[in-house]
Amino acid sequence: MLDSLISQMEKEKQPDEIVTTGVLESLQNFIRKCIVAVLSYGPMPRHIAFIMDGNRRYAKSRSIKEGAGHRVGFSALMASLLYCYEMGVKYITVYAFSIDNFKRDPTEVQTLMELMEEKINELLENRNVINKVNCKINFWGNLDMLSEPVRLAAQKLMASTSRNAGLVLSVCMPYNSTSEIANAVNELCAERRDMMQREHAGSSNGRAVGSGAHSDISVADLDRHMYTAGCPDPDIVIRTSGETRLSNFLLWQTTFSHLQNPEPLWPEFSWRHLVWAILQYQRVYPYIEQNRIQAKKQL
Amino acid sequence: MMVKLILGFLWYLIHLVISLFNLWSHLCNNLECYLISSELLPKFRNLRLEKLKYLGVVVDSREANNILKVKQLLWWLSTIGVKNVILYDVEGVLKKLLEPGIKASRDRNSRNSINVSANMEASHFSHGGMAVECLSGSDGKEGIAKAANLMYSDFCNCATHGSAKSDIIFTEADMACALRAAGSGGAEPDLLLVYGPVRCHLGFPAWRLRYTEIVHMGSLKSMKYGSIVKAFYRFSEKYQNYGK
Repeated sequence: MLDSLISQMEKEKQPDEIVTTGVLESLQNFIRKCIVAVLSYGPMPRHIAFIMDGNRRYAKSRSIKEGAGHRVGFSALMASLLYCYEMGVKYITVYAFSIDNFKRDPTEVQTLMELMEEKINELLENRNVINKVNCKINFWGNLDMLSEPVRLAAQKLMASTSRNAGLVLSVCMPYNSTSEIANAVNELCAERRDMMQREHAGSSNGRAVGSGAHSDISVADLDRHMYTAGCPDPDIVIRTSGETRLSNFLLWQTTFSHLQNPEPLWPEFSWRHLVWAILQYQRVYPYIEQNRIQAKKQL
Repeated sequence: MMVKLILGFLWYLIHLVISLFNLWSHLCNNLECYLISSELLPKFRNLRLEKLKYLGVVVDSREANNILKVKQLLWWLSTIGVKNVILYDVEGVLKKLLEPGIKASRDRNSRNSINVSANMEASHFSHGGMAVECLSGSDGKEGIAKAANLMYSDFCNCATHGSAKSDIIFTEADMACALRAAGSGGAEPDLLLVYGPVRCHLGFPAWRLRYTEIVHMGSLKSMKYGSIVKAFYRFSEKYQNYGK
């Protein structure tokens, strides 16, 4: 079932390719499973984050509309989701829309918002992919900045998948890391204000008071209020199109993440690129793990 | 059991092939660096550094103990014409090793009555006309936590004075001010060179990493002048649209 979903995604992604026969497809699937089995002998990442860069350049290179580039990009996302699920990756985070992207041409922003709303509603109606991987979907970011139809659709999708215990897909939109940190500080201040108010109420009733609201704010306190609370830090951050910057994405969470910047544009990112990314990660795993353990000891 | 052995064998074989491929790439890279250092490749001869206002350098803490290499790197950077360098390692090894330079700079500033804030003095010094700032892990997440404490104090003060701003919302600009007040503000590097086995930023202060180009340079002990020139050249060719 998963294989046919993957084949469907691949066909959607490359509509001009010759459709392979059933036998060839089965052979492809078998080879893919064998390679995954070999790969899984080594350490596999639990959490991969993607900066999906290159949709517009893809559209330009293929002489198609920008909106079509983003659509192909969405197909690439769904395909990558299934490949990651097949490889046992439990958490996927994608940078779908940055707060800075609101500076783009309003027509493009509108097209992107409509595409997001359309795809979210598609996922709500046709739950094939979500059910197969038992996907829980999060939307991380300043959802208030989204138009109401998109925000409502996102909230509906989050609510309908909140009980799923399979792969966790977190879509960052509209997001940036500095805004996330400022939001965490705001939530922490509000939490401590509520604690103090409860303390005052408690002390006036003669009950013992805690010291939570009076201790200094720690890194752990801020961790609890990040959008990513409860999710392990990314093992790999992949930015496609060969760009070398993080563009304000998960800066707090990527201390020991392996930063990769493969050349293919996001719509071109495929299974073999994912395999290569994991092979690179396996080579640096001992160093990363050693640093993580040392950092934990120092806490 | 047999299956696991076969899978293990194949896994090691794949990684052996990749190692050979990496060795070949490494040799090609070494040759290119030699040609760049000897100025035999024309495009690398005249570097344009106008876009490079601040350079960040992350060093793996174990490698940072090699003070001679660090000083050689700084000398190369000042020769190329870099004006501002931000050095970082997680454990603060660079801050400790370069402390004599930092102390000398502090004394020079006080002799010349130059007003530099105490926080800035703590980690800045000059090296051959190049300003150098040393950071460590405590300037990263802990620096943000310190700034959060300052903001929380403001928040409490507003509440105590019965201000109507009990639902005060801090913005990113407020956070930036608090970071400066806590001594964790500072310029954002345009380019970050990572010296270590892996391309990781190792906790470089998040607020200063937003749009920084991050380049992996390999280990410090095998650093090459040609690699730095190549990284600067590639940076000069980069175009950023900052999300637009």
